[in-house]
Amino acid sequence: MTHINIASLEVGQEVGNVEILFTRDSLVRYAGASGDFNPIHYRDDFAKSVGLDGVLAHGMLTMGAAVQVVVDWIGDPGRILDYGVRFTKPVFVDANDGAVLKVTAKVGEIDLENSTVRIDIAAVAADLAVLGKAQARVRI
Amino acid sequence: MVNASVEGKTYAETDPYLVGREKIREFAHAVKSTSPINLDVFAAQAAGYSDLVAPPTFAVVIQERSLTSVLADKEADIDFSRVVHGDQRFIHTRPIVAGDELTSQLTVASVKSLGAHAMVTFETKIHDAEKQLVCTAISTLVVRGAE
Repeated sequence: MTHINIASLEVGQEVGNVEILFTRDSLVRYAGASGDFNPIHYRDDFAKSVGLDGVLAHGMLTMGAAVQVVVDWIGDPGRILDYGVRFTKPVFVDANDGAVLKVTAKVGEIDLENSTVRIDIAAVAADLAVLGKAQARVRI
Repeated sequence: MVNASVEGKTYAETDPYLVGREKIREFAHAVKSTSPINLDVFAAQAAGYSDLVAPPTFAVVIQERSLTSVLADKEADIDFSRVVHGDQRFIHTRPIVAGDELTSQLTVASVKSLGAHAMVTFETKIHDAEKQLVCTAISTLVVRGAE
């Protein structure tokens, strides 16, 4: 059981929004936790050598952090049944200032029969949408 | 750039990966989760789980292990230094919990060319020790062509 009554939800309703700060520390921590040690995520010289403007966040860090607003809303990470995103723009993480990811989550579709809802997630950094078609199907 | 004939190829199943509590906590902190069900065994058990529940994207750690075999496959001919992550999806049959022993098996679902680039979609099936499907991870990599 959750505290959420599916009948009270409406399509388009916002269920959460949050600003997440990514610093270089966040990237190193994610590299260690995930095992993705691609140096474009922690070395400016390497990032520039492959034609990037600078160090960028792991797409999977953006994906993983963006869904947390949905986890907080539903109160249980085990209720996220299906979660997919497209990576549309890189998130560049400044060595001093980091990067701010603005995440908004809204109800996209309600399935009363199966007691699930689709939550649509928007994630923006430096005024650009960095995730496309970010959708999580959640069991209520 | 990418050998289109590997479309449909299935790679060997990986050795079992034992999901540890501290690994779940480490990963949860890394994706900035504050959910007690990721971090506190009593909270997870109160919610009906046997142990800590992994964050929704944790299966990437398991997927990575099978991706290694395709990136090392000379026949597939994928230059990892030119790879960009295009999209990712995790379809869970059940959540991953601490104590799970998970194997993964990757199939190249499709290889498409897109101008100078190639798009390769992988489908990784993650099973538990009872051979039950836990998660299907679908990942598309874009391999940039030479300039």
